[in-house]
Amino acid sequence: MQEKLHFVLNNEEISGEFNVSSTLLSFIRETKKLTGTKLVCREGDCGACTVLVGELNNGEVKYKTVTSCIYPLAKVNGKHIVTIEGINGVELTPVQNEFVNEGATQCGFCTPGFIMSLTWYLITHTNYTIEEAINALGGNICRCTGYASIIRSAENVIKSLKDGNSNGGETLRKLIKLNVLPEYFTDIKIRLQQINEKIAAETDSKPYQILVGGGTDLYVQRFDKVVKSNIGLTEHLSKAYIREDGNLIKISGNMTFEQFKESGIIKKYFPRLQQQLNLVASLPIRNSATISGNIVNASPIGDLTIILLALDASLILSDGKNERKVKLKDFYKGYKLLDKSEDEIITEIFFSLDFGNHNLNFEKVSKRTYLDIASVNSTMFIAHSEGKINLCRISAGGVAPVPLLLKNTSEFLSGKEIGNAVIEEALEIVQSEISPISDVRGSEEYKRLLLNQLIKAHFIELFPQSVNIAELV
Amino acid sequence: MNNTDTIKHVKGESLFVDDFTLHEGTLHAAVFDSTIAHGKIKRLDVSKALDFSGVRAVLTSKDIPGENQIGNIISDETLLAEDEVRFIGEPIALIIADTAEIARSAREKIEIEFEELPVIINPREAYEKGNLIAAPVTFSMGDVDKVWDECDLVLEDKVEIGGQEHLYLETQGAIAIPTEGGGMKIVSSTQSPTAVQRVAARILNLPMHKIEVDVLRLGGAFGGKEDQATAWAVMTALAAYKLGKPVKLVLQREEDLRMTGKRHPYSADFKIGVNTEGKILAYEATYYQNAGAVADLSTAILERTLFHATNSYYIPNVKATGISCRTNLPPNTAFRGFGGPQGMFVIESAIHNAARKLNIPVYEIQRKNLIKDGDKFYYGQQIKNSNAQRCFNEAVTEFNLSQTEDEIRKFNSSNHYVKKGIALMPVCFGISFTSSFLNQASALVHVYTDGSVSVSTAAIEMGQGVNQKIRNVVANTFSINVSRVKVETTNTTRIANTSPTAASSGADLNGNAAVIASKNILERLKAHAVKEIGESNPDLVEIKNEKIFYDGKPTKLTWEELVWKTYFNRISLSSHAYYATPDIYFDRKINQGSPFAYHVYGTAIIVSKVDCLRGRYEIESVNVVHDFGESIDTKIDLGQVEGGIVQGIGWLTVEELVQNKEGKLLSNSLSTYKVPDIYSIPKEMKILFLKDSKNKYGPFNSKAIGEPPFMYGIAAYFSIINAMNEFRDNSGMEISAPITPEKVLLNLHQPVKTESTAR
Repeated sequence: MQEKLHFVLNNEEISGEFNVSSTLLSFIRETKKLTGTKLVCREGDCGACTVLVGELNNGEVKYKTVTSCIYPLAKVNGKHIVTIEGINGVELTPVQNEFVNEGATQCGFCTPGFIMSLTWYLITHTNYTIEEAINALGGNICRCTGYASIIRSAENVIKSLKDGNSNGGETLRKLIKLNVLPEYFTDIKIRLQQINEKIAAETDSKPYQILVGGGTDLYVQRFDKVVKSNIGLTEHLSKAYIREDGNLIKISGNMTFEQFKESGIIKKYFPRLQQQLNLVASLPIRNSATISGNIVNASPIGDLTIILLALDASLILSDGKNERKVKLKDFYKGYKLLDKSEDEIITEIFFSLDFGNHNLNFEKVSKRTYLDIASVNSTMFIAHSEGKINLCRISAGGVAPVPLLLKNTSEFLSGKEIGNAVIEEALEIVQSEISPISDVRGSEEYKRLLLNQLIKAHFIELFPQSVNIAELV
Repeated sequence: MNNTDTIKHVKGESLFVDDFTLHEGTLHAAVFDSTIAHGKIKRLDVSKALDFSGVRAVLTSKDIPGENQIGNIISDETLLAEDEVRFIGEPIALIIADTAEIARSAREKIEIEFEELPVIINPREAYEKGNLIAAPVTFSMGDVDKVWDECDLVLEDKVEIGGQEHLYLETQGAIAIPTEGGGMKIVSSTQSPTAVQRVAARILNLPMHKIEVDVLRLGGAFGGKEDQATAWAVMTALAAYKLGKPVKLVLQREEDLRMTGKRHPYSADFKIGVNTEGKILAYEATYYQNAGAVADLSTAILERTLFHATNSYYIPNVKATGISCRTNLPPNTAFRGFGGPQGMFVIESAIHNAARKLNIPVYEIQRKNLIKDGDKFYYGQQIKNSNAQRCFNEAVTEFNLSQTEDEIRKFNSSNHYVKKGIALMPVCFGISFTSSFLNQASALVHVYTDGSVSVSTAAIEMGQGVNQKIRNVVANTFSINVSRVKVETTNTTRIANTSPTAASSGADLNGNAAVIASKNILERLKAHAVKEIGESNPDLVEIKNEKIFYDGKPTKLTWEELVWKTYFNRISLSSHAYYATPDIYFDRKINQGSPFAYHVYGTAIIVSKVDCLRGRYEIESVNVVHDFGESIDTKIDLGQVEGGIVQGIGWLTVEELVQNKEGKLLSNSLSTYKVPDIYSIPKEMKILFLKDSKNKYGPFNSKAIGEPPFMYGIAAYFSIINAMNEFRDNSGMEISAPITPEKVLLNLHQPVKTESTAR
């Protein structure tokens, strides 16, 4: 689909008609012949194609990392795209310099992606820590170095920048002075403002065949079809939001995983999720993937869906004219079958938190702990007082054709006292509610056992005093 | 120093096959491959693909002007299938079009009908049905059968070892460009330029001198581009030859995963006899190697399994039998360690189980049986300069094994379900191609009139830093600044008859050849220097840091002046030199000889932590004493050790290849095949360089580094098994690698009783 785009690629303003359904990576490599950004997996699983995307937000340019191999070109409109060529200067940047010093490159194919991810970390954070830097590199795969030299490079660069800039607080000017970013970044804000004025003046929305949120599933699963279709973007539908409305939490469908994870509301009500959501995809994917996308993809193992199921979330579906509500637990009619017409989209997800003292725990086991799809995942939402369960909802993924709310188990547990015997009894009910199949993520036998263990883990994590851990495990 | 390419890498300026600017009119190819694992092709109709707009040709085996044969050791592999297909992903036809997208779209239009034949994916089943790549091979010493009765304990068991996907980040690819006079230039991502040249010549029915192969660098290889880069390069050559246009072919990730072979899965039986002190008296092993559908390098890989059947141990009675089994999987191939890791995993399993049975620490058996000078390997080689015991003992003391064990005991007694385990892994790895004829190399060195130096060798840079090592040894030989030395692309017109860059030997063979070539020029420079300074004895001339000394005293000559004056006096500043590893031989009729120039030694101690509730694990620490010889480049060598260890850990932990019984790869993407990420690496990794180790076979006393560290990863498997045992006795557990979280959990807990399992 040819459409008009205006954006800045590195230091170059780009304006013209492009196939916006295609990927950012193919524009970078094939159209612009910038070959520093590499294609490896085309599913966002390796980070070799990582670039920065900067967009205006409250008058400032905010950057994030994305995997350009599955990033629709349509999404670059009005934004600043930075590839490895866009940070190269006469001198090496501190990140590049420390990679050289530590010999943190071997074959070099993954290197530009790592440089971009670590650069992103430096320009968006202030009090650097190695743990956070590693999180920023969590989506980048290297097959040669074993990462040790890369981590040493990150440690060195953090230290050198701290030393050189003891005041903290990375303003753009400082970053340029420290040679982390080239000079031209100074003008990006103004250039983006001008571009966005131009875009606003000429906006005409065209009909689309496929609506794309983050594209992180669509461009992996149906690449050939999507790149040849007219696409629309959910980010054009509304500004992403999460807000409290009475005792309801309301989330726009186009909210990204990372926005969700970092929102004040989620941090306030579900503090454990901060860490646990690191197990979900990788940062560049979380930066793109949307909650509604996770829900409509209907993977039986979608991490966000499993969390929302335990929160008994409801969806607002809209076809542009009419709206209706449907409970998430009733949304799935069978494997990849939804209670949703072609024209309907999820505009909002909401749930109630009116249960007094409550806890939420998310558990996920996959072959590789990070950036992997779960073998089984599960969430427990529990409202309780003095050891008694007032209300319990346990969801489980990977154990049925759809993301599953364990209704019978949840009902059984509500009203019970927490203890080993009750848990053991609940697990028998669990087994009668699930129907896992053997596949590449594990055998049926494994998934049955694993779900039991994860439910035990919920109780051990949340109520270590109320259960006999030694016997339960 | 750093890898030569590092600065280009960090700026994204390093070029790979997919990055080259193409000649105008370059066409693009896609491969049409088999969707079934075994069958006869009953009908193949490419007409609809040919009609597709933008398609220039569809080529099949009938279009090959020469011989349709790409087999390296055994001639059993076609470039394009003729009437039978033997694995899913086997190339059948080649579509050439204006763009790669068009070629792939047109691929969908090809019609094919098969008559399906039975599919075998299990090597033992292949063995039972007589489907072998070659006759079984046995290495032996002493007589195991006479000794079993003398042993206090005899144990037998079975071992399953999974394969491993290389996952080089740069997929397979090549570009062929027709040259004048009917020749062909091929730019390929290959470890074996000569293999590409030879096979392209055979396929095109051309003399080898008409084919030029050029390699700049590889985006990772690990053995996966030793034999298996050839097919794609030759396909581009075939297409370019037929169409008279440049043709490019770069596999997409899913194509690469589907069509190319991997590390060989093995199934093995072992029998070990020990006495109560832990001395191993006899060891017998039979390896069923899952070779895949064609030979590829399987027989050579199996032979290295047999060479490493007893790892670092001297065992007086050994019988090791290898059987290469033909199955309907893509041809499995070279991968870092080349069969050695599988051989070592089996003996370590045997020792582990024997120690459990005898109720003594595993490392007691390991330590008591380590090889030492004066011992002889069961394949006839005398053990010299062994550092096996030194590495092991230093690891135990330097890393304070007993204290670590105490800490682990304390940790385990105070944790209900998170348990720690420890394991040691000594490694003894033979250096040299076991096919002796491959141990040769040549180098071409030019000194230009400005004093800069150009070096060409057969070595392929694939991230291992061989180019930098060659720069170092050339600069050291001349005693000039390393920045004066440039290593050129690997090109068959400059360096002919190259051995693959493999077997950890790249820096040894090519470095030695480059040293000889440099010395040739150096001698001429010295001979001329005496004339310039009015002296007589060239032996008293010395170059130190680009300054010329005579008899220890400085002269007025500098490197640049000497070079210019030597040229001006019509003396050659170029040399082509040749090196062949001395002292090695192996007689395959009796499987005895001295096949290795030397061995690399080391010992790793790995601690892991298992969450026995969830079945997840972490590698806590890896501590290693490694024998580098005198490292040419400590930074590069350290990177090789760290990277090798993590890849080895990956092989035995999370990297699981899954096929269904129809022979289809299910772990066919990066979302289903997981390699270690930054979170899954050891929390702590310490590598100590063994002191006072010399090696006359390596340039400047260095030792080969590529493969040996990979096998330290084997300790990760056993440390996890040991941690699990702290939670629940797991003796009798099936020995099956990789030890995925699934296997951990299923071995720690009783299966869940359900109605369906109750029935």
